[in-house]
Amino acid sequence: MNRKTWGAALVILLLFAGLGAVLPSWVVFLLTLGLAKGLAVLSVVLLMRAGLVSFGQALFYAAGAYAAGFALRRAGIHEAFILLAIGALTAMGLAALIGLIITRYREIFFGMLSLAFSMAFYGVLVKAYDITGGTDGIGIPPPTVLTMPVAAGQLRLVTYYLALGCVAVMLYLIRRYAHSPLGYAARAVRENEVRVAYLGGSVQRAIYLTYVLAAGLCGLGGVLVAFTVGHIDPQLSYWTTSGEFVFVALLGGTSSVAAPLGSAVLYELIKSYAFKYAPYTWQMVLGLIMLVIIFFLPGGLWTLVERAQRPRQGQEVRG
Amino acid sequence: MTPILEVENLTMHFGMITAAESENVTVYEGEFVGIVGPNGAGKTTFLNLVTGYLRPQAGRVRFRGRDLIGLHPNQVTALGIGRSFQIPQLFAGLSVLENVLVALAMADGRGGDFWRRLHEPARVEEAQRILARFGLNGHASRPAAELPEGGRKLLDIALAFALKPSLLLMDEPTSGVSAAEKFAVMDTLVAVLRESRVTTIFVEHDMEVVRRYADRVLVLSNGQIIADGSPAVILEDPEIRRAVAGWG
Repeated sequence: MNRKTWGAALVILLLFAGLGAVLPSWVVFLLTLGLAKGLAVLSVVLLMRAGLVSFGQALFYAAGAYAAGFALRRAGIHEAFILLAIGALTAMGLAALIGLIITRYREIFFGMLSLAFSMAFYGVLVKAYDITGGTDGIGIPPPTVLTMPVAAGQLRLVTYYLALGCVAVMLYLIRRYAHSPLGYAARAVRENEVRVAYLGGSVQRAIYLTYVLAAGLCGLGGVLVAFTVGHIDPQLSYWTTSGEFVFVALLGGTSSVAAPLGSAVLYELIKSYAFKYAPYTWQMVLGLIMLVIIFFLPGGLWTLVERAQRPRQGQEVRG
Repeated sequence: MTPILEVENLTMHFGMITAAESENVTVYEGEFVGIVGPNGAGKTTFLNLVTGYLRPQAGRVRFRGRDLIGLHPNQVTALGIGRSFQIPQLFAGLSVLENVLVALAMADGRGGDFWRRLHEPARVEEAQRILARFGLNGHASRPAAELPEGGRKLLDIALAFALKPSLLLMDEPTSGVSAAEKFAVMDTLVAVLRESRVTTIFVEHDMEVVRRYADRVLVLSNGQIIADGSPAVILEDPEIRRAVAGWG
């Protein structure tokens, strides 16, 4: 990462931090949701870069949220940072188990299995009423931050900054991953599994590690959503939630680790306005937007950023 | 001479088709062995059986005394056997340099490292050295998919070479390469491999290439080794030429 990229990242981070202080509370709420979902979308993108499309990432999203919820409600753990770690680690642990089976499959088989595991988890959440509250879900009380309780009036802003901090750290880590041998190995698997094997690499190991890492991102996103909304229910694990992650991943594109986060924030805003102005046809509005993206920007919205950068790079070369 | 690869009674049938029938061969350290035969003779199957892509129905394959049967291609590769393919197996979306960097990271057992950069200076330097040896240094930043066929062949072999193999198996290194490029590609390859003392087995359909570059030739027909010896003798034998249709 060169100095220019660091500078741009810092400016964007400060811009988002500033927005939190000036924007109305409901927009801050949407931004927080966007950032939290953005982590889950980023996990979908990580898998896509390895050539896998998961229709079941909501499983880990819900696992993270429920793990944090249980820790808060049952174990009396209130510290936000510990809860975030619990959510991410639970999701990763679950992925470590499921990954033993699912990473043996590719293409539609991987997609369908991921969906099946996610729906099985949904079934457990719905049926285990005494533990999970069934379809009613569980209320999540506000966490403490560095042992300090958060006042009700400050909760949205604090959660926003918490989400922003998590996203910044995760973006850094995922960028490191993307430029690491493992990140390249995952891309290599997508390009040519045979060659990976004939280089002495383990295709399954590369996919397995990526799968577990991606689940951690989802778990973290789930905890942040639980903090933001203050309530969790089995819908978090439902197939439409996974589908939404895939939708947003395609909306943003897979060429940059920043694309999923930008598109997730944008998606939350579009969905919100579409719902406000077209309460009965908002899904159609989203569908039309997706069609426009597919026809005119098949690489996702991030293509616009790349197009904007290209002439500038050309000028630099010429200059 | 020290044996590096010992194949005993290697047998493989695909239904009614015989791909390998009691093949016996020993390859010694430092040899440059060509395998020839008509289409369907079992040349590529031989490479697939040695590298663990296929499991034989009978027979043994030993590399420096170690049994290879039951090992997966990545395990066979880790022992020091590199392979290139008739259709180059590259990471088409990655640059030429990145292809070699990935190979080097995997060769060092760092394919699962998620903290350090792939483009570590020492690794980049080594990758550029390898590309220079194969005459590909001018293409380092190009996507592998954009290379001409000769370049793709060389890169495919450079990836296997990056693993520092003791034994390299090449499947038709000149197929798809234009007549003008063919000998230039082989000259480059042979110079690099002989200089690095890599024992090489190459499957080839072009007799002139085999005559010019192999120390020893194996002739396969219907999954059987029907001749084994010096190219100067074997490739002139009228019996052999008759046995393998189309050479006469």
